Amino acid sequence: MATKAESRLTTLRAVSYALVITWLIIAAFPFLWTVWGSFKVQGDFFSKADWTNAIYGILTTRETGGAFTLKGYYGAWIQEEFWRNVFNTMVIVFFTVCISLTFGTLGGYALARSGFRYAFWVLMAALAFRAMPHITLVSGYMLPFFEWNIWGLKATTVIVLVAINQPFTLWMLHSFFLNIPKDMDESAMVDGCTRFQAFWNVIVPVMWPGVITTGLFSFLLAYNDYAVTSMLLSKPNETMVPAVASFLGSVQVQGNIMFAVAAVVSATAPLFVLILFFQRQIVSGLTAGAVKG
Amino acid sequence: MFLKKVALAGAVAGLMGSAAFAADCGPSGKSVRILGSDFPAIQAVAGAAEANCAANAGEFTINLRDNTRDMMNQALTPNPAEYTSVIVANSTLTQLMNDGLVRPLDEYVAKYGQHLKPSQLITIGGKVMAVAFMANSQHLYSRTDILGQAGVEGIPATVEEIVAAAEKIRAAGIMEHPIVMNMKVGWNVGEIFNLFFFANGGELFKPGSAEPNVNSPEGIAALGTIKSLLEYAHPDHLSHASNETQGLWEAGKAAMAIMWGSRGGAVLDDEGSSDEVTSNTVLSAAPTAGGGSTPAATLWWDGVTVAKNIPDEDAEATFAALVSGLTPDLMEEHNDKAIWLIEGFQAGPAAAGVSATAAAGAKPYPMIPFINLMHNALGSELVDFYKGDESAEDALADVEAAYRTSAKEAGFLQ
Amino acid sequence: MKHRTFFWFILPTLSAMILFIALPIVSVFIQSLFVQHEQVLVVSESCGPFGCVEETQVDTEATAKLREEQPLGQFNGLATYFDRSHLASAEIAEVWHTSTGLSSFIDGIMDLKFYKALVFTLTYTFVVTPLVLIFGLAVAVGVNNLPKAFRGVAIFISLLPFLVATIVGSMILSWMVDGEGIIGATLQNIFNDPSLSIKASTPLMWIMLMVYGVWHTLPFAFITFYAGLQTVPQDTLEAARVDGANKWQTMISVVVPHLMPLVSFVTLMLLMDNFRVFEPLVSFQAEAHAQSLSTFIVSDLREAGNPLYASASATSMLTILGVVILLTPVLIRTWRDFNAKVH
Repeated sequence: MATKAESRLTTLRAVSYALVITWLIIAAFPFLWTVWGSFKVQGDFFSKADWTNAIYGILTTRETGGAFTLKGYYGAWIQEEFWRNVFNTMVIVFFTVCISLTFGTLGGYALARSGFRYAFWVLMAALAFRAMPHITLVSGYMLPFFEWNIWGLKATTVIVLVAINQPFTLWMLHSFFLNIPKDMDESAMVDGCTRFQAFWNVIVPVMWPGVITTGLFSFLLAYNDYAVTSMLLSKPNETMVPAVASFLGSVQVQGNIMFAVAAVVSATAPLFVLILFFQRQIVSGLTAGAVKG
Repeated sequence: MFLKKVALAGAVAGLMGSAAFAADCGPSGKSVRILGSDFPAIQAVAGAAEANCAANAGEFTINLRDNTRDMMNQALTPNPAEYTSVIVANSTLTQLMNDGLVRPLDEYVAKYGQHLKPSQLITIGGKVMAVAFMANSQHLYSRTDILGQAGVEGIPATVEEIVAAAEKIRAAGIMEHPIVMNMKVGWNVGEIFNLFFFANGGELFKPGSAEPNVNSPEGIAALGTIKSLLEYAHPDHLSHASNETQGLWEAGKAAMAIMWGSRGGAVLDDEGSSDEVTSNTVLSAAPTAGGGSTPAATLWWDGVTVAKNIPDEDAEATFAALVSGLTPDLMEEHNDKAIWLIEGFQAGPAAAGVSATAAAGAKPYPMIPFINLMHNALGSELVDFYKGDESAEDALADVEAAYRTSAKEAGFLQ
Repeated sequence: MKHRTFFWFILPTLSAMILFIALPIVSVFIQSLFVQHEQVLVVSESCGPFGCVEETQVDTEATAKLREEQPLGQFNGLATYFDRSHLASAEIAEVWHTSTGLSSFIDGIMDLKFYKALVFTLTYTFVVTPLVLIFGLAVAVGVNNLPKAFRGVAIFISLLPFLVATIVGSMILSWMVDGEGIIGATLQNIFNDPSLSIKASTPLMWIMLMVYGVWHTLPFAFITFYAGLQTVPQDTLEAARVDGANKWQTMISVVVPHLMPLVSFVTLMLLMDNFRVFEPLVSFQAEAHAQSLSTFIVSDLREAGNPLYASASATSMLTILGVVILLTPVLIRTWRDFNAKVH
């Protein structure tokens, strides 16, 4: 009996490992390909002649003398001053994530704990709000922003990003708070805490997996946003994604696609550090015993 | 025609030596704020304006970006507007004028524009609305080596000759798909239709009205012409825009192409391609079709405008600064960055295609208020025809129906 | 929770949403009911570097006067919602009368871009959403079973499809599936058909888009479920194990129910995002084969030059309506959960 269960268990485990490994390969391959290609010239990386050129760098050798070139990185970081965009992105993303999470945890907690019907309808409304296509919203913002003379500022973009990602944040945090047993904060309130004290002292310490995960997505949404940032920021305040897009060229000129590739690859590096830094919070889970209640 | 004159004038100017040009920047201490698309020619013009007049102005900012077209109307609507000048092209001037956001420039031209050529002035209803500085159009790119190898003599001048040459190349087993053109669904598909519609003698609208006129014998002829070319085009053509076609060309995967003149410089330079391709690439006029004499191309210009909702003195300083840069001096430094309309331009090999196309009498891209709506309808409704799902008549009827729907909404049709 | 406390907790988020989303939605709805004034047209000569032509122009002054009298435009009721670019009621009626059978009726409907887009969008939504949910959960459980040392790296790699800015990531993928790219060329080799082209074939393009959709959104489901797995109470798992349940049974009877709020949440978000699919269509240059309501909005707001606000607004409202209809089953579930939790 025991051996049978164990052997089934190992098959299950083998299948699950196989699945994870397959997924990791599929997930990583395009990225690795991009990293490799970022050291080639465009004629190789986007070769219309033969895709193996992207691996061996035939044109790269012909044009630069070596199979690898740092031209893309030089162009993006030094010629186009990509670091300015990186800096702008950091500022905008930082404030967006902080404000989003503050608003979202408060609201999400309230919605998860309120027993009244209107809480449900607030959630529903948030969902309907999220259905609104961003591009329509952004087109609508433009004229008032120009009239009030707040177009192009980083702060304006932060507020807009916070607001339009609020439905997502709210729903996600609400779902996480539903997973935290009610008894925890309610027993604190029985002990004489106010609602906010209970939230602050009891819930905040155990909510981090949810908050970090939500924060990760707030981060990624703000970091990857194109619809809002491309329309609402002036050139000096431009963030990375619109800057990368502007390397791609237009009807007039071909653009420097390799600048874009190099910029994207180098922009991923800080994310790697960030995720390694926060993985402990995601991996470790709730502090042992906290959820036993 | 006009470009020959430009070249002549340039040669003369060159002989005389460029006279020292002291920039007149208009009233001092004013605000100049320029918005434009981001490419080298505009960078050069805006840069020259800044070099000449930034010291004279109280504020001088240049904002060059990609999505200028999507935001310029909103940016110019408030009073005072966000920018004092937008650098536009044919279709975007229409877009601004539809909302009445740019001002007539006649008095400024009289005061600051003596060095401009009359042909640079974009006059609408008797008023100067913009000052053009560069031109662009589609035209033919050919690989002489491949044509020679397939036994084709000379450069094809008509669509029929292109198709015959393509057939010879295919029959000789050199290439299966020797033709590339920008057929990406959306704007490009609409533009390609325009080219061959004009070449077949079509008019997009009934004269003096906003009634569509594409479901006509000329429209069907245009679609037939395009289809005959697509027979020899790369199978992915419905996803090809300028970047893809240029890539295919530089990889030596095509023998004839209809591409933008502004790509000529990049195609002919030594980057991204082999010697075999660049040394055998010839730029020539866009082809004619169906026995007509109009080349299948639309002529485009880029030029400067001045916003309406700004103080008059800012407007004057803006205009003075911008045209102060449009001089032979600019040509000396940036001659190869564009096909300039400015005094002093020397047409090189990269400009040959556009010059020949303009000289052969191609039509300018129309500046009609509802042209963008028609262009949009063409771009989205013709796809079924190109995919072979629909007849030419049905597709053109769909175009007219789609156009009518949006033109009614915009108030052009009732 | 008391009404007052609830109010203060919800105030910041609610005010942000009302100001930047709810009010714009109201204004969009109002705009969808109006169309522009009749434009006063005049014919005049326009000249430029390429000679002079007679062209029609807008008489701005006369039109501005009309505009001032009625700033919103002409009231049009719901007519925009039923015009050819949207629900196309008149066109459907005509197809109904002229069609000779079911297939010609369907052909007629499919000629209307709204319905063509709807067919693609719904197919996309109902293929991608379940696949992402299932694989996301499977990968989350798989990663959770990995030795601790590997988990961080596995999480990072899993996030990569999400990390590389879509605009460049999809450009590279788009090149890969090109006839000359690595995936396209490999497929040509496998099927031994040199003319095989993903971008020229509608079914292949659809498959491509859906594969990309799964690849691109799987990280979202994965991370959410993974974080959820961390909150599964250990003692319940222990109890299940003591009762003799094997891994699979524990998974079905303990873990999945515990994750249900997250599953609902992920389903809602996926349904919604997939229904509004836009970026993949642009980046794969798939406009010839697949359109969605979002591409119409972009076309009305951007490609049309001077935006067609009424049409874009109507499409936006229809998108919201579509999303709400699509989400109803999940919402009913949430409603039941909500009431069960409360009472």
